[in-house]
Amino acid sequence: MTGVEGYMYPNEITLYWSVLIVLYPFITGLVAGAFILASLERVFNVAAVKPTYRLALLTALSFLLVAPLPLVLHLGHPFRSPEMYFTPHATSAMAMFGYVYMWYLMAVLVFEIWLDYRREIVFLSQSTQGLLGIVYKIMTLGSTNISERALHIDERVGWVVTLVGIPSAFMLHGYVGFIFGSIKANPWWSSPLMPVVFIFSAMVSGIAGVMLLYMGLTKLRKQTIDMRCVDSIAMYLFYIFIIDFSLEMLDLVHRIYEADESFRSLDFMVHTKLYFSQIVIQICLGTILPLVLLFLTQVVKLPEIARKRIYAISGCLALIGIFAMRWNVVIGGQLFSKSFLGYTTYKMALVTKEGLFMAIALTLLPLLFLWVLIKLLPPWPETSEHAPAIGD
Amino acid sequence: MSVFKDAGHLFRFAGLFVLAFILFLVIRHFVVPKSFGQYGHYRAASIGEIAAHQVKYAGHETCETCHAEVFDVKKDGKHAHVNCEACHGALAKHADDPGAMTPTKPDTAVICARCHTASAAKPKGFPQVVPADHSTGLPCETCHQPHNPGMDAAAPKAPVKAAGGAK
Repeated sequence: MTGVEGYMYPNEITLYWSVLIVLYPFITGLVAGAFILASLERVFNVAAVKPTYRLALLTALSFLLVAPLPLVLHLGHPFRSPEMYFTPHATSAMAMFGYVYMWYLMAVLVFEIWLDYRREIVFLSQSTQGLLGIVYKIMTLGSTNISERALHIDERVGWVVTLVGIPSAFMLHGYVGFIFGSIKANPWWSSPLMPVVFIFSAMVSGIAGVMLLYMGLTKLRKQTIDMRCVDSIAMYLFYIFIIDFSLEMLDLVHRIYEADESFRSLDFMVHTKLYFSQIVIQICLGTILPLVLLFLTQVVKLPEIARKRIYAISGCLALIGIFAMRWNVVIGGQLFSKSFLGYTTYKMALVTKEGLFMAIALTLLPLLFLWVLIKLLPPWPETSEHAPAIGD
Repeated sequence: MSVFKDAGHLFRFAGLFVLAFILFLVIRHFVVPKSFGQYGHYRAASIGEIAAHQVKYAGHETCETCHAEVFDVKKDGKHAHVNCEACHGALAKHADDPGAMTPTKPDTAVICARCHTASAAKPKGFPQVVPADHSTGLPCETCHQPHNPGMDAAAPKAPVKAAGGAK
């Protein structure tokens, strides 16, 4: 039997959760992480990261719009999927996720972006002609009140929305970890630490993602990178990365010390089939190396150009590492038999509905959405500062 | 009441939510079947619909009343406990009126492979082969009698090699 070693139960030979299910927690993680970065400025008053505030919100929205797509594409009958929202069952984690998703999309992200951009939207609705002007007019919801008092109310309400958004972001991504962590039949997944590890790894990927986007887009716009901002983001990335790594190691040490009946099988898998993706990519290249690089920037006074390069390399490595972590959780959890007597192999398809090309397309799609959003609602300070002041 | 005036746009956004919620309820009203939830978390009317389905399988006892000669071959072989319709398909219509429907003969190159293709999940003692290596596409009945699948004495001997299974 190709790709099978030892004994597998019949339903374990073929993997049902493909690379798209790897992509799904990766994308939702970017959403949650980007939002947490935005909340740093709004709720925790970290003024240094302000240049990335709006970009982080738009990034979160672009990725959130794509987040359910890998799941829908995975389904054999995607048009049946709304049924679980029309007739939800309390024991269905997926149905509950749908509500959390809608809440997070509309009540948190869209609302916060709308409040934050309302002043510009009103200006643009008055100065833009044609179809785009109509789009802006619809976005005003018919209200052009941008008096000082109205904007003050927006500011206060926006603060509350961000405050509510933090636990919502935790819920959104914690749920993804919960889905895996609550599967008691699978010892690779079943761990109460799973939601916590997912949340912190989400923060790492989201912060790294927004940092890279900010640096890349600023370079593309031929503007100067605000080093105070990037230094602060890198510092937060470093601290959260340490917590994330510690939690993952805690999970590992706990598994080794507990050494239950699954341990030998899982240990063998980590040393063979998962060695490259887990030990080499996830831990060495995707965690320890960026941690060491970020540590250097914290303790050694490096020139600006060196810091920029280190941040860019660390950000890319962190994203690769977090993707590898999702891969090892999703694919790793399906490679071994629950009889602990055998192992199977995942062979990724290329051009199928759940193949590599689709995964690449779904990774690029949020960037396309982000491009449209940036064109529609520019997150750069100069565009808003130069806008004329309009009274009520 | 300038607070309400200056917060008017927030009520407009809240109005969007109310509209979306009403839309959700309207769609739900039309798409959720009326009998859903009557007895449990399922559509109650489905019980009657399923009960009204016509029986499609006749059962091996019915087959044996007419095809006693096959039963005689089958009863001493390894396929004695394999139901006729497991290979021949659902044949209640044929049993009701043999003239109304004539069952097609299964292609043994395909049907046998369903159970006998090597798989790591099958016990070692279960006969299993890699069909492409074992028969190179020939129908299994060239060598095996499907109703009693020991080797046919008239056919050329071919080694049956087990190619998988647990120890």
